Amino acid sequence: MLKPTIGLEVHVQLKTRSKMFCSCPVEFKAEPNTLVCPVCLGLPGSLPVLNRQAVEYTIAVALALHCEIQPFSQFHRKNYFYPDLPKGYQISQYDLPFSRNGYLIIETEEGEKRIGIQRVHMEEDTAKMIHGESISRTSGYSLIDFNRSGVPLLEIVSRPDISSPQEATLYLMELRSILRTLGVSTANMEEGALRCDVNISLERGTRTEIKNLNSFHSVRKALEYEIKRQEEVLKEKGQVIQETRHYDERAGVTLSMRTKEEAEDYRYFPEPDLVPLKIDPPWIEEVRSRMPELPEDKRKRYKELGLFPQEAATIANNPELANFFDSCLSLGAPGKEVANWLLSEVMKYLNARNLSIIEVPLSPEGLVEFLTVLKEGTISSKIGKMVIEEMLQTGDGAREIIERRGLAQISDPVLIKKWAEEVIKENPDQVSQYRQGKEQLFGFFVGKVMKLSGGKANPEILNRILKELLLRE
Amino acid sequence: MIFQPAHKILKEIRERNLSPVEVIQATLEWAQKLEGKLRSFLVLDPEGALAKALMLEEKLKKGEEVGPLAGIPVAVKDNICTRRMTTTCGSRILENFLPPYDATVVEKLERAGAIIIGKTNCDEFAMGSSTENSAFFKTANPWDIERVPGGSSGGSATSVASYQVFLALGSDTGGSVRQPASFCGIFGMKPTYGRVSRYGLVAFASSLDQIGTFARNVPDLALLTEVISGHDPRDSTSLPEPVPSYSKELDSPVGTLRIGVPWDLLQEGLTPEVKEAFEDALEIFERAGFAIEEVSLPHASYGIPTYYLIAPAEASANLARYDGIRFGLRAKGEENLISLYKKTRGEGFGAEVKRRIMLGTFALSLGYRDAFYVKAQKVRTLISQDFQKAFRKVDLIALPTSPTLPFKLGEKVQDPLSMYMSDLYTIPISLAGLPAISIPIALKNGLPVGMQIVGPALSESLIFKASYLFERESGLSNLKPPIVEELSA
Repeated sequence: MLKPTIGLEVHVQLKTRSKMFCSCPVEFKAEPNTLVCPVCLGLPGSLPVLNRQAVEYTIAVALALHCEIQPFSQFHRKNYFYPDLPKGYQISQYDLPFSRNGYLIIETEEGEKRIGIQRVHMEEDTAKMIHGESISRTSGYSLIDFNRSGVPLLEIVSRPDISSPQEATLYLMELRSILRTLGVSTANMEEGALRCDVNISLERGTRTEIKNLNSFHSVRKALEYEIKRQEEVLKEKGQVIQETRHYDERAGVTLSMRTKEEAEDYRYFPEPDLVPLKIDPPWIEEVRSRMPELPEDKRKRYKELGLFPQEAATIANNPELANFFDSCLSLGAPGKEVANWLLSEVMKYLNARNLSIIEVPLSPEGLVEFLTVLKEGTISSKIGKMVIEEMLQTGDGAREIIERRGLAQISDPVLIKKWAEEVIKENPDQVSQYRQGKEQLFGFFVGKVMKLSGGKANPEILNRILKELLLRE
Repeated sequence: MIFQPAHKILKEIRERNLSPVEVIQATLEWAQKLEGKLRSFLVLDPEGALAKALMLEEKLKKGEEVGPLAGIPVAVKDNICTRRMTTTCGSRILENFLPPYDATVVEKLERAGAIIIGKTNCDEFAMGSSTENSAFFKTANPWDIERVPGGSSGGSATSVASYQVFLALGSDTGGSVRQPASFCGIFGMKPTYGRVSRYGLVAFASSLDQIGTFARNVPDLALLTEVISGHDPRDSTSLPEPVPSYSKELDSPVGTLRIGVPWDLLQEGLTPEVKEAFEDALEIFERAGFAIEEVSLPHASYGIPTYYLIAPAEASANLARYDGIRFGLRAKGEENLISLYKKTRGEGFGAEVKRRIMLGTFALSLGYRDAFYVKAQKVRTLISQDFQKAFRKVDLIALPTSPTLPFKLGEKVQDPLSMYMSDLYTIPISLAGLPAISIPIALKNGLPVGMQIVGPALSESLIFKASYLFERESGLSNLKPPIVEELSA
């Protein structure tokens, strides 16, 4: 297989209180065209004023991505005509971006990998267009909702350090988790809060760009398709053309949009309505001091607790789960055991119902009590799975559930011996087979005794007694 | 009454010897009488003005606090947004555009109690030097109705010069306040870039645009300028420094100043009439004890080519929003999006605006940007540095406002380059973002001649003081053009 070189350009909507250059609120579910003013409608005479919160969010993201924040950066106008762009230009950044030269770390199966970040810059979002055909097939009109016009966006451009669709997904997941941990964006791809363009070439040859991918699934599928397509072109001694392509989600194919020669000239020039943006070191330090622990540092800490890299990554990249996990740790619970239960039974339950850990009544205290009960031997792991499911549903304590449902483990050797003798008596054939050396039948007897005990027999004691009885004659 | 200076009328109103209603009625009557001949206004709003005057009178009766311009009729150039009146910028593309908001300067005027009676004619989107580029009609110079009033704020200048209003606002990107003030025999101030908020001024070239003021004497001009100046949180480029009271500071002594004259720049294009008037004006300064020195502005002569790259480049982006999608003109009969754009902009913009959009688009295009736009920015920096150096030597710089007397209507319409040359002496100052005034210094062949006084950034107060001294020495203020004498007789 030819080696792919992939770079990602991600646009992130910041969830600031107000828009990038005016005081209209940022909100995604409002009635169309209700969150607008002369500035974000581009009315004649209106002027932009930069949102301080957007700058602080950008500082935080740049720091989290280990970028160099430029002491002096500038906004530029990017000129093109389209109805979703009310001024006829987008206020963006060009040759003096907010920050450069960073990286993020992804956890691949081969270990950690560093993906370079070329730049992080600020720009404003366009309005949202809804085209006639999606309203009804015959209508020849488009609707524009300017609520989105002027929402602050970050453009985060990676270096071409990504070498598989799998890594591209990991990069996006890591980025999403950083953005969510910082609380600067919902980073939800389906809602358009995180949008992705990809650049891809094989063996460092000619690259193509695929625009506007709006789900993790699309990013992976589009890359897989494009790798295959370029491979076939090269196999037939053809040439990959430098062009922008569009991913047709339904057909699962990429299609040519425009070639390099047709590329637009955006005629960038410095935005004269804004003064250059100066960021002094005390401001950066102030933002840094307010930043929460980042996924990267969390992962490191979790690995030191004995978690496998994948386990550490799964927890660290989910801010809510990480909070829950950290609360358990601060209650003194052993990290490895908390992780085992969180990543197996708890995640299974949550995933099946598409819920997040904060949407179920299970508390960190509850989980820690549960682990204590388990350690005391009151219940087996098997019963434990039942108990935790009920805890997730009701929020009741482990002891309460065990008592109410009579699930406490039976460790009385007399009782267990009685059940074991009964099983041996009722299955003479199997007993003689076992005694002739068919040892794998042991599980059969354990199962039968467990069944008689209603699943509550202490497995350790059961094993010991059963072995004694079977070996006796 | 309407021939009085505004500061006298203000006193009369405050002392209740005159009522704002009397003032507005007399003004409107006179304004309408002259309007047929001069055509300063794109919109006149007598009802609105009268209603404001009545409200003000109520306030005065109750002894309530009124602002520093209470009851003074003013005019506003039609590229400054007003909620109450359409704002067309002299363009078909905004023919019926009623902004949903007032410009910051309009808010300030109204808070000060000024009464805006109408919106004045101008070159389309402030692009021109004669007001002939208005899509609607031409405005005449009150000193000779065969001649242009200058531009682009020609309507504002004519309205003040002909006593249709006491004061007016214009905008100055490359000379659009100073040159018409000069052509109409009145005073016109372009403050330091950033001194007056641009919020609500329809942008032509954002890094150069500055709202300016017109009056018939320096005290009135100083008062109007101080009312509209100051920091505005809605304009990121507006300056935070506090505004001195220009009108009060007029009374403090100006001292002996060093006045620089950039004779190297004046080599080009200066007509004998203007040269003579300017030299006489310098003598007045000398007699007042000022030292006249030569200063060198070696790059200022590149002002016009520099300006005609930067201003159109910014304009090409600023005017992209007139696309027929959300407001203003939308041409009929479009087949698709591109043809909607082409038809709307094709029909909506006049020739000069199209010329500058194309010029600017070209100057920013891939492959040409470095040779044109970027180079022009470098020259702009050199021109600014020339002024900085000069102001190490002198306090103020004086030079003619326009190299020529007011020209005839139609004389330069077909020759854009010769039209551009009429801003030869105003443009370098705009590129440097400096404050400058134009004051009347002579009448030659019955036509006014103006002189600029330029200062370092934020030296408005000094400029006003020097101008006031000149005004008193020369007696050239509150001039009455023949048409005013005739119709008031």
